[in-house]
Amino acid sequence: MNKAAIPLIIFLLMAGLFLFVLQKINTGEYDPRDVPSELIDQKVPEFNLVNLLDTNDTVKSADYLGKPWLLNVWGTWCAQCWKEHPYLMFLSRQGIPIVGINWRDDMVDARAMLNSEGNPFVETGFDPQSDAVMELGVYGAPETFLIDAQGMIKVKHKGEMNPRVWEEKFKPFF
Amino acid sequence: MMMRSLLIVILLFTSAQASARISAYEFDNAEQESIYNELVDELRCLVCQNQTIADSNAELAQDMKRKTHELVMQGKTKKEISDFMVQRYGNFVQYKPPVEPTTYLLWAGPFIILFIGLFFLIKIIRNRKIEKPATLSDVDRSRAEDLLNIKDE
Repeated sequence: MNKAAIPLIIFLLMAGLFLFVLQKINTGEYDPRDVPSELIDQKVPEFNLVNLLDTNDTVKSADYLGKPWLLNVWGTWCAQCWKEHPYLMFLSRQGIPIVGINWRDDMVDARAMLNSEGNPFVETGFDPQSDAVMELGVYGAPETFLIDAQGMIKVKHKGEMNPRVWEEKFKPFF
Repeated sequence: MMMRSLLIVILLFTSAQASARISAYEFDNAEQESIYNELVDELRCLVCQNQTIADSNAELAQDMKRKTHELVMQGKTKKEISDFMVQRYGNFVQYKPPVEPTTYLLWAGPFIILFIGLFFLIKIIRNRKIEKPATLSDVDRSRAEDLLNIKDE
C-alpha cells in the first residue's frame, strides 16, 4: 500500500467519526451534555417546599405515596418548559397527577404563567434556592421524573416532554 | 523607573492571585475553609462541564458552592460531601473519577497511548539503516591522491 495514503485514510476515518457523532446529536440520540442518570430505583428524596399558589401551604413528596406520579421541574425562564406546557396540560386532563417544582423563578412570573397557560399541576413547590432541585440532582430544566406507588424513582427524563417520550418512557407505568 | 514599572507589574499579578481565592462564604475555622476550597476545585460544574464549580459563575455552580458550604458548616467531612454530590449527579461531577471497571479505560488510556507511541518509536529507530562509512574504490583513491598532491606542489 502506498504509504502516502495513510494520513488521508486517518483523516477520512476521523471525519467519518465526527459526522456520525454530529448526526446522532442532530437526531437527539446523543447529547454530549448528558450525564448518566443517578437516583433511578432509589427513593425519591424528601422535599418540603412552599406552595407556589398558597405560601401558607407546603408541598411534600411524602404526600404522594400510594400511586404513581410525575414530578416536573420547570421555570418561566426555560423555553422548553413553555414548549412542553400544552402537553403537560393534556396529560393532566388524562388524569395523570403531576407535581411541579418551580425552579429559580420569580413567584409573580410563575403564577402569571400558570394563569395564562393553564395549570397542569396538582401542586407546585416553589424552589428559588434549588433546595429540592439539588436533592434531585437536577441541573437543567425541564426535567421530569416518574415516581411509583412505593416512592421509587423509575424514570428520569431531561428535556421536553412530548408524545414520543411519553409513549416510550412513561406510559408503561400507568 | 525600570524597577518601578516592574514592581507595579508584579503587584498587579500577585494581587489578582490573592483576590481570586477570597470566597463569599465565612467559616468557623481554617480547616473548614480548606475543605471547602479543595472541594470547589474538584467538583465539576455540570452545565459548563469543563470548569470546576470554583471557576464557574453559572447559577448551578453557585448552588453547588452554597450547598458545599452548607455541608461543610454542618461538620461534614470532605468524603461525605463528595459522596453527597456523586449520589445526586453521578461520578461525572468529580474531576478525579474513582478507579472502577467503567473508568479503567479512562485511567489506563494515557499509558496505553504512551506504550503504542514507544512501540512505534523503537520500531522506527531499529529499522533505520545504519550509514556505512564511505568506501573508496582504488581508482577513486588514486584520483583523490592526485588532487591532494596538486595542492602540495
